[in-house]
Amino acid sequence: MIETTTLWTVILGLGAGSFGLRFVFLGLVGDRPLPPWLLRHLRYTAAAILPALVAPLVVWPRATEGEVDPVRLSTAFVTLAVAYVTHNVLAAMGAGVATLVAGIYVLG
Amino acid sequence: MASDGVKSPYLRGVIDGLPFLAVVIPFALLFGVVSREAGLTIIESLSFSVVVIAGASQFTALQLMSDNAPTFVALASALAVNLRMAMYSAAMTPHLGHLPVWKRALVSYFLVDQTYALGALEFERRSMGLSEKFAYFMGTVTPICLPWYAATLLGAWAGAAIPTDTGLDFAVPVAFLAMIGPMLRTPAHIAAAFVAASMSLAFAWLPYNLGLITGGIVGMIAGARVELLMERRAAKTDPETAT
Repeated sequence: MIETTTLWTVILGLGAGSFGLRFVFLGLVGDRPLPPWLLRHLRYTAAAILPALVAPLVVWPRATEGEVDPVRLSTAFVTLAVAYVTHNVLAAMGAGVATLVAGIYVLG
Repeated sequence: MASDGVKSPYLRGVIDGLPFLAVVIPFALLFGVVSREAGLTIIESLSFSVVVIAGASQFTALQLMSDNAPTFVALASALAVNLRMAMYSAAMTPHLGHLPVWKRALVSYFLVDQTYALGALEFERRSMGLSEKFAYFMGTVTPICLPWYAATLLGAWAGAAIPTDTGLDFAVPVAFLAMIGPMLRTPAHIAAAFVAASMSLAFAWLPYNLGLITGGIVGMIAGARVELLMERRAAKTDPETAT
C-alpha cells in the first residue's frame, strides 16, 4: 500500500517538475538555441529510462515473486517485437495480452 | 492532413487530434485501473492525471511507489521520463514564444507527446499567425488532453470491480514495452535502450532502486555517443553533409 504522504508528494512534485520542464524554454529561456550536447542527451532519456524500468519487471516478475517466468518473458518479447515492427502501440499491447493469457492458460 | 479544407484553425486542431483518441483512451483507462489496484482512491487517481498529465511518467511513479521505492527515486525516475518535454518546450518557442505569459503557461501545461507532434508538424508546413497557431494548438488539446481525465476517472471507477488475479500485474510492463518499440527508431535509440536495460539488470542489487537510475543515465550517454559516432561516420563518407 502506498502511503498518502508519499503519494501526494510524488503527485505534486511530479506535476510541478513536469510543468517546469514544459515551461522552461517557452516561458523562461525564450528563443535561444540549446547547446547540442544537451539536446543529444535529452533525445535519449525516454528511450533509456523506460527500458531500465521495465527490464527487471520482465526478468523478475512480481507475480512469481522474482522467479524467471517463461510466460512473461515470451509476452515481453512478443509485445516489443510487434511494437518495433508495426509502430502500433495498441496492436503490440493486444498481441502481448493474448500471449500472456494463452501462456497462463497452457502452462497454468 | 484530414483537416486541410477546414478554415477555423481550432477546428483543424480538433480534427487532427481525433485519431489519437484511440491511444489516449485505452492508456488512461489502464492508468485508472492499475492506480486503483495500487490502492489509490478515485480522487487520487484523477488528481494524478490532472496534475501530471503525462502517461509514461505516471505509470513509472505508480510502479515504483507500489514497489516501495523511496520517494525521491520515484520522483527522479518519473521526471527523467519527462525530460524530453524540455525539448518540446524549446521546439515550440519560435512559434508560440510571443504569446502573453498566461497563454504560454497554458500551452506548457498541455504540451504532451501528441499535441507537440501535431503542432510541430502543422507550424512547419503552413504559415499561420500567432493567434491561429494558439487556436490550432488548443484544438489538438481538446480531443487529446480532456479525454485523458475522463478515461482515467472511468478506469478508476471500473477498476474497483476488476479482480486482482487476472495477470494484471503484467499490464504495466506490457504497456511500457509497447511504448518502447516505436522509440527504437535509430541505432542510437536501440543502443540507449539495450545498454539501459542491461545496466539496470546488472545493478539491480543496488539499494533504493538506484539500478534503474544508473541504467537510465548510462543508457542515455550510450545513445548520445552512438549518435556522435554515426554523425562522424556519415561525415567521413560524405564530406558535403558535415556540419
